[in-house]
Amino acid sequence: MDSNQVARSWRLWACAGALALVACGRTAQPVHFFAEGRPAKLSDWQVVYADGGNLALNEGVVPYDLNTPLFSDYAHKLRTIWLPRGTSAKYDVDGNFDFPVGTIISKTFYYPLPKGAARDSNAVARTYDQSTEFSDKAIGERGLKLANVHLVETRILVRREAGWQALPYVWNAAQTEAVLARTGDAKPLELVADDGSKEAFTYVVPNENQCAGCHVADLKTKQIAPIGTKARHLNREYPYASGSENQLAHFIKLGYLTGISDPASAPKNADWRDAAQPLDARARAYLDINCGHCHNAKGPANTTALDLTIFGATDRYLGVCKPPVAAGRGTGDHFFDIVPGNPQDSILPYRMRSSEPGVMMPEQGRNTTHVEGVVLIEQWVSALRGACDTAT
Amino acid sequence: MGKVAIALLCALAAGCGGGTAPQALSADDAAYQQKLQEQFLDAKPGSVIEIPAGRHALDRVLTLRANGVTIRGVGADKSILSFKNEISGPEGMLVYASDFTIEHLAIEDSKGDGLKVNDGENITIRDVRVEWTGGPKTTNGAYGIYPVKSKNVLIEDSASIGASDAGIYVGQSQNVIVRRNRAEKNVAGIEIENTINADVYENTATGNTGGILVFNMPNLAQPGQSTRVFNNKSFDNNLANFAAKGAAVASVPAGSGVVVNSNPKVEIFDNDIAGNHTANLIISSYFSTNYYNTRGVDPKYDPYPRGIFVYGNRFKGGGDSPDGLELKTLKTAMFGINGHFPDVLWDGYVDTKSLVNGLPPPAERICVQNGDAEVLNADGPNKYKNPKVDKTSFQCELPKLAAVELPHS
Repeated sequence: MDSNQVARSWRLWACAGALALVACGRTAQPVHFFAEGRPAKLSDWQVVYADGGNLALNEGVVPYDLNTPLFSDYAHKLRTIWLPRGTSAKYDVDGNFDFPVGTIISKTFYYPLPKGAARDSNAVARTYDQSTEFSDKAIGERGLKLANVHLVETRILVRREAGWQALPYVWNAAQTEAVLARTGDAKPLELVADDGSKEAFTYVVPNENQCAGCHVADLKTKQIAPIGTKARHLNREYPYASGSENQLAHFIKLGYLTGISDPASAPKNADWRDAAQPLDARARAYLDINCGHCHNAKGPANTTALDLTIFGATDRYLGVCKPPVAAGRGTGDHFFDIVPGNPQDSILPYRMRSSEPGVMMPEQGRNTTHVEGVVLIEQWVSALRGACDTAT
Repeated sequence: MGKVAIALLCALAAGCGGGTAPQALSADDAAYQQKLQEQFLDAKPGSVIEIPAGRHALDRVLTLRANGVTIRGVGADKSILSFKNEISGPEGMLVYASDFTIEHLAIEDSKGDGLKVNDGENITIRDVRVEWTGGPKTTNGAYGIYPVKSKNVLIEDSASIGASDAGIYVGQSQNVIVRRNRAEKNVAGIEIENTINADVYENTATGNTGGILVFNMPNLAQPGQSTRVFNNKSFDNNLANFAAKGAAVASVPAGSGVVVNSNPKVEIFDNDIAGNHTANLIISSYFSTNYYNTRGVDPKYDPYPRGIFVYGNRFKGGGDSPDGLELKTLKTAMFGINGHFPDVLWDGYVDTKSLVNGLPPPAERICVQNGDAEVLNADGPNKYKNPKVDKTSFQCELPKLAAVELPHS
């Protein structure tokens, strides 16, 4: 950066600050990294906060998306990452990037409002359409238009000296603030589909230990870690305020990521919804993000001999003809995890179709059935070839 | 006051749900749940979490991740954690921790497993009752007391009732003592699976589909071996199998006293085994489970029960009304309508590649030195064509296994 550029960027910052001052009548505070403790309010972090009509992203807070996300009862998610100035994460081709102390990741779970729904009702839209929810640019990247969304919770994942810590915050009814809910929460909501059909369910906000249920991917270290911030999930375009750009390239440009010069060389999971991509790649991407945090060689579900990460083998350890180990009634009267060509006789899609604790998989993180996800996995199982020969 | 207010709001909110929304906890229960959840979150080495007397309704799994914690009630019939209205779990209690003790309390009606301990070391489970109070149902949780991938495990003076798979289920663990427990109305009363060095003694298993099981499942990192089953009472385990098909124990015939499946080095002695309608003791191979298939089972998996030593047990009754058409037909054909199977039923699968002069190597034989007890070789490999009762082929001895010693018991 030459001196002119520096001067220009400083003018931009000052301008942005002035706008924020006008918009909400208060001074924009910088992001606050708490090295310890549990701030009582989400706004204490100054990462994302309700600001007039928007859920705003502070300066330096960068939104990102995943090629294929984890299903969470049809909630939409606004993911952000912030690193202390002058620090950067180190790239890893397969695992998590090595993030510096001070890194703050946020994930806000929200739903668009159904057409005509009252602001204070429990009705939320069951849709993949994101066209109505983004705000116009305020000070940083685009946040959410509060008039069009129902915010449920925001989870903070913060990298401290001792490791990552997960803190769940639940939004109040007025949608002005989210407060710490260490022991979780349960919200009765009703999904309203485009065709008007409705499905009541309980949205469960996990408690801190349940957060670890997904975010501890290695039972030996027991360390909490982010799930989505891996190259294969992040390697995609994002519509930044400055224009659309590959997320890894954007992180590199911001100085947030080092150790990789060419994002084109990074691995890339498929987009599970993109029918133009190969069925196998879409299904494996879906299983990777939805199941792989437990079903991996070091994870809590390594007791089952089932590895559903993108790195897993394509044989019995992917479930093909594999008898279950400890599925209990989760078998649904079926003999094998996956029977090639026969999703109706396979345990894996059976457990995805269920929304009953004790049967459903994943075990937590959802109370509804991901219909479109089930369809994808059923198509994939249908396309698998061969049989489970029970002859001795 | 703030906590109570929040709990009250939660309770009210849940009550407004309708549809699939579960029954809300009372304000008192919600407040207690929040307090207990906080205790589990804040626990650190040395913490003792006391569960007061009373029936505490909870709707969410209790998860523990800190080592060195004790959870203590005032009695297995007094301090009761009830998960009847559980919305998020599926376990009752889920422990990812070592140096863990839980005692004197009950866990009831969880949607999934009652108490699961995953990857812990030095685990003590004492005077804990896990029960599904509506009696045996396929929709009950799978396992009652379920340590898995753990090392140095003591389960004593506890009870499991109504599990839709196994009541006390020790999986993929090492150095285990299961003693003085009671298992009733489960599919499997007590099951030791893929575990190395387990002593199972002075337990009572009755009213289950199968009383005490020692199994090895394929594809897992650890094949089990070396289990001693002694001084137990396993009687009248004649409950119709209510496991979901495909579950490992769904293949267990109702009326099984003790079952060894595909697990080597098992010593069964000094037990009272009586009145189990299929057979008091079954020794079998994975081939008899219906789950074997060449594509789904690791070729390195050993499906044969090798080195099984049975002696000094007190068998009584049983074998008179076996479960399943094949076994019923076999029993009637061989022993008549009013006859019964011998005390030991062996499916007859043997690793033919290992045979020397028609017998397995000495250390891999099935040895039954048990007074009058006879063995029925059911000839499973030939679809039960030439079953025969035999005693002399099993007259051998095996070196006795060492007692399990735990550093913390």
